[in-house]
Amino acid sequence: MPELGRAALAVTLGLVLYALVAGTAAAALRRRRLAASAQNALVAAFGTTLVAAAVLLTALVRHDFSFTYVATHTSRDLPTGYTISAFWGGQAGSLLLWLLVLTGYAALAVLLNRRASREVIAWTVPVLAGVAVFFAWLLVAVASPFATQAAPPDGAGLNPSLQNPYMIAHPPLLYLGYVGLTVPFAFAMGSLLAGRTDERWIVATRRWTLIAWTALGIGQLLGAHWAYVEVGWGGYYAWDPVENAALMPWLAATAYLHSVMIQEKRGMLRVWNVVLVSLAFALSLFGTFLTRSGVVTSIHSFTQSSIGPWFLGFIVVVVAFATALTFYRLPLLRVKTRLESLVSREAAFLYNNLLLVALCLTVLWGVAWPILSELVRGEAVVVGRPYYDFFLRVFGLPLLLLMGIGPLVAWRRASLRGLVRMFLWPAGAALVVGVLLLALGAGSSIPGLIAYTFSAFVLGTIVLEFVRGTRARQALSGERWPRALSALIGRNRRRYGGYIVHAAIVLLAIGIAGSSAYDTVREARLVPGQTLAIERYTLAYRGLDERQAPNATEVRARFDVAKGGRQLGTVEAGKNAYTAERQVSNEVGIRSDALTGEDLFVIAEQIDPNGSVYVRVFVKPLVNLIWLAGLVFLLGSLVALWPDAAEQRRLAVRYREVGAEVAR
Amino acid sequence: VTLALVLAGVIAAAAVVVVALPFLREPAPPSGADLLDDLDPLARQQLELAEARDRALAALKELELDHRMGKVSDADYRALVGPLRREAAETLRALEPRAAAGEPAPPQVRPAR
Repeated sequence: MPELGRAALAVTLGLVLYALVAGTAAAALRRRRLAASAQNALVAAFGTTLVAAAVLLTALVRHDFSFTYVATHTSRDLPTGYTISAFWGGQAGSLLLWLLVLTGYAALAVLLNRRASREVIAWTVPVLAGVAVFFAWLLVAVASPFATQAAPPDGAGLNPSLQNPYMIAHPPLLYLGYVGLTVPFAFAMGSLLAGRTDERWIVATRRWTLIAWTALGIGQLLGAHWAYVEVGWGGYYAWDPVENAALMPWLAATAYLHSVMIQEKRGMLRVWNVVLVSLAFALSLFGTFLTRSGVVTSIHSFTQSSIGPWFLGFIVVVVAFATALTFYRLPLLRVKTRLESLVSREAAFLYNNLLLVALCLTVLWGVAWPILSELVRGEAVVVGRPYYDFFLRVFGLPLLLLMGIGPLVAWRRASLRGLVRMFLWPAGAALVVGVLLLALGAGSSIPGLIAYTFSAFVLGTIVLEFVRGTRARQALSGERWPRALSALIGRNRRRYGGYIVHAAIVLLAIGIAGSSAYDTVREARLVPGQTLAIERYTLAYRGLDERQAPNATEVRARFDVAKGGRQLGTVEAGKNAYTAERQVSNEVGIRSDALTGEDLFVIAEQIDPNGSVYVRVFVKPLVNLIWLAGLVFLLGSLVALWPDAAEQRRLAVRYREVGAEVAR
Repeated sequence: VTLALVLAGVIAAAAVVVVALPFLREPAPPSGADLLDDLDPLARQQLELAEARDRALAALKELELDHRMGKVSDADYRALVGPLRREAAETLRALEPRAAAGEPAPPQVRPAR
């Protein structure tokens, strides 16, 4: 039923176009029914996009190769899970997912906010619709997933590297993050268009940013784990432009989530916050552009790409619109409040913001420079790992330290004496950890040693925060400590959710430092019976196994693994030869130690017909803390995201006082 | 005509109905009832003052908590609490005149339904 899919997308385009035009007219002329009609159009657009998505999904599951998209991205033997994930395995399907998530978010934003602050939502609707028009137009006119052809007997299959369970969850989560950043952008622009810069827009943008930021963070970690287990080079993050594409908006959103607190507490940084929300959205578009246009693999694919120029044009329009509107509303955004001291919590947040934005722009430059260079000079320039690693240390290590300093410093200003008293214990603990690690040989990597010392400091401050808060609560209410702790978190969800997220970042830092600064690698060609020793591990090569999977031939080199003389079992590493795709993938072998968080990582680089195998083996200390960090990050985000009834009540009371509607 | 085209027609018709719903429900609203809510400049000013008041009160509360937790020393607490109390009092005073004068709530919100 490609006609149904095409028609559903055409109706979607009509609906969002109507929401854009009618929504703008309604907001400008203050027409209530017209505004409601535009909002309905946006909600209905989600329904029609859902129909289009259902058509594509049905075609995929039924192996309907008369759909060009299905024929080029799946095959009959492809397992059902990957057949479904092929929905976002190609360009047109990804764009459809973008539109589906966008209209879904837009419908939710409208339904949750249509009764509250109607003036702002009236202007938010055309902004959301404007973005949706772009994607609906691409799908209708430029890259349709419903193009048809004479059905071949079988499809071309799915790229083998995408045939991994992580690819079922990783791209949708990234899209939930990328697309989610549209909503805070729309609220910010809607508020500026309405001339409303009160706290209402902060509450709306903060919550939506938090949702998008959480999805983007978890999506990136899943992507890193996919790279770790699937790509087979021994790492999890290669500073690849497509990886950076997700990191940049996440960094900008992180900066916003911190700076918005200064606006909330002190009424400052209004312009900066609008800039950050706009930057995060523009970078999410840029990320999609990088991923989907093919511009990063070769500048020539840019000229061949059907969607690249459209994307670039749209990004320019978005940036110009946001910049012009922010300038136009500068008189409303300016505030009289000034930073009282350079030693205060707001100052610490400001330093955090500068470092985050500097890191973000550094990554952006690393991504953009090769593209610009090839465009202008005609020759590709490679911005490699040393560039990114250098700036990660320069900006990342102070950021890590600030995570410990910020929460302990008082708002407005702090005295030197007070600071010394506050930092005495955590700094002392960190120093002890640093000296101990140095004695244990961690000095082989100075950045690693600094990262561990700072991590100990931050963990110390977080623990101190929880302990002091619980004690203060106990002193006030006389509750036992578990109840006092839970009440403390329940009444200050964002603050303590934030601390849990900080703990996750510390785990991440420890995992990254351990696995990259202190890892060991050995390579050797082995014949059956030979062994390879690395650290305390011994791998004995036992031979090759070959087996037939539904869509691939799997060859595995089998190793018996012992650690310190104790047998741990076997590890298999090898290659898959995919029949339909005619491609070969590396399949790594990993043995994790749950107690130490260490991995033994085996790559069968080359398998020879005579049974010998060339292996590369890594020992990666603490690498599993990175994945654990994902769980802690999710927990902290959920705590922070939980609806805050007190905040809602406070807003409602305030709005009632001035005779406005109750804001939600 | 295929089933797909019939379904497409149904979707398009349903979309038109959903979009037209606000006009179908209220074909002829009373004069002025078709306007969106809007805060007048006075109400906006009051909202800003109420925000400043809430910010100052929240800052006081947070300072108390930080002091109880031992994050703010007695000396720092004494230095910070005075200006914060003054700020809160100022915003409260700024919000007071209208209430003190017994003025009825002005028509800050234009007619809406």
